[in-house]
Amino acid sequence: MEWIALANPSRFLALAERLLPWLAAATALAFAAGLYAAFFVAPEDYQQGATVRIMFIHVPGAWLGMLGWAIMSVAALGTLVWRHPLADVALKTAAPIGAAFTFVCLVTGALWGRPMWGTYWVWDARLTSVLVLFLMYLGLIALWRAIEDRARAARAAAVLTLVGAVNLPIIKFSVDWWSTLHQPASVFRVGGSTIHPAILAPLLVMALAFTLLFATLYVSAMRNEILRRRVRTLRLLQVQTVQGA
Amino acid sequence: MNLGPYAAFILAAYSLTTAVVVALILWVLLDYRVQRKLLADLEARGVTRRSEPPR
Repeated sequence: MEWIALANPSRFLALAERLLPWLAAATALAFAAGLYAAFFVAPEDYQQGATVRIMFIHVPGAWLGMLGWAIMSVAALGTLVWRHPLADVALKTAAPIGAAFTFVCLVTGALWGRPMWGTYWVWDARLTSVLVLFLMYLGLIALWRAIEDRARAARAAAVLTLVGAVNLPIIKFSVDWWSTLHQPASVFRVGGSTIHPAILAPLLVMALAFTLLFATLYVSAMRNEILRRRVRTLRLLQVQTVQGA
Repeated sequence: MNLGPYAAFILAAYSLTTAVVVALILWVLLDYRVQRKLLADLEARGVTRRSEPPR
């Protein structure tokens, strides 16, 4: 099957039904392995002590918060350029999931910061740009609720998403461009990771588990949104039938 | 497993993340049930899309 064929809501629903049980099972397995490695295999960090275990949820939360907006940016192009209805579904359903993972990143970061930095929050470039990402997610969700015309709401959300995409490189490079309390990149960087393999391996397994969870939730939410639009279409048809009788 | 002097922060971080994940899972599951029921009710009343034969 060609990828473009999946851009048909009925085909997407059929694929989602087949895919979801496997995605859910893979997510559960990855979390079982990741949590075991995080609590029973990974050693304490020589500086952070046991609080390094917070990084196993904080870092994937940050990655997926940014991934959510990146997916939405691609979907926004689909809405604005091709006006494809599935692109709008993809954009709309990623927002609450991306917001939830960004929220996890912010709160777990604060809970790590208090014992390690002596404060829950500082207005440094990395923390502030991630907070801006979270607020943009909330703004986007509010925008959809504020505009009743679905086509207008989709276009406005797509434009706001593309404008907001500017924040992604700012988040990524904030630790290089400005002097921040937040540490510089330590996993994906030129010259390789600076994290010891005994801590890096559980982190990557947890990142895989969270990514699979994101995918499971995302496919489920897209399926629900397609069904919601079918319900709306059928209700309109019902009203038209009653009025025509 | 000893979480050291900052156990409360570690447990709070994992508890809060678990709560968010459970909320997301419940959201998609309950929403799916609601939408399936609404669709089934409409189809039972004979309302179908033009591309589908009436049931």
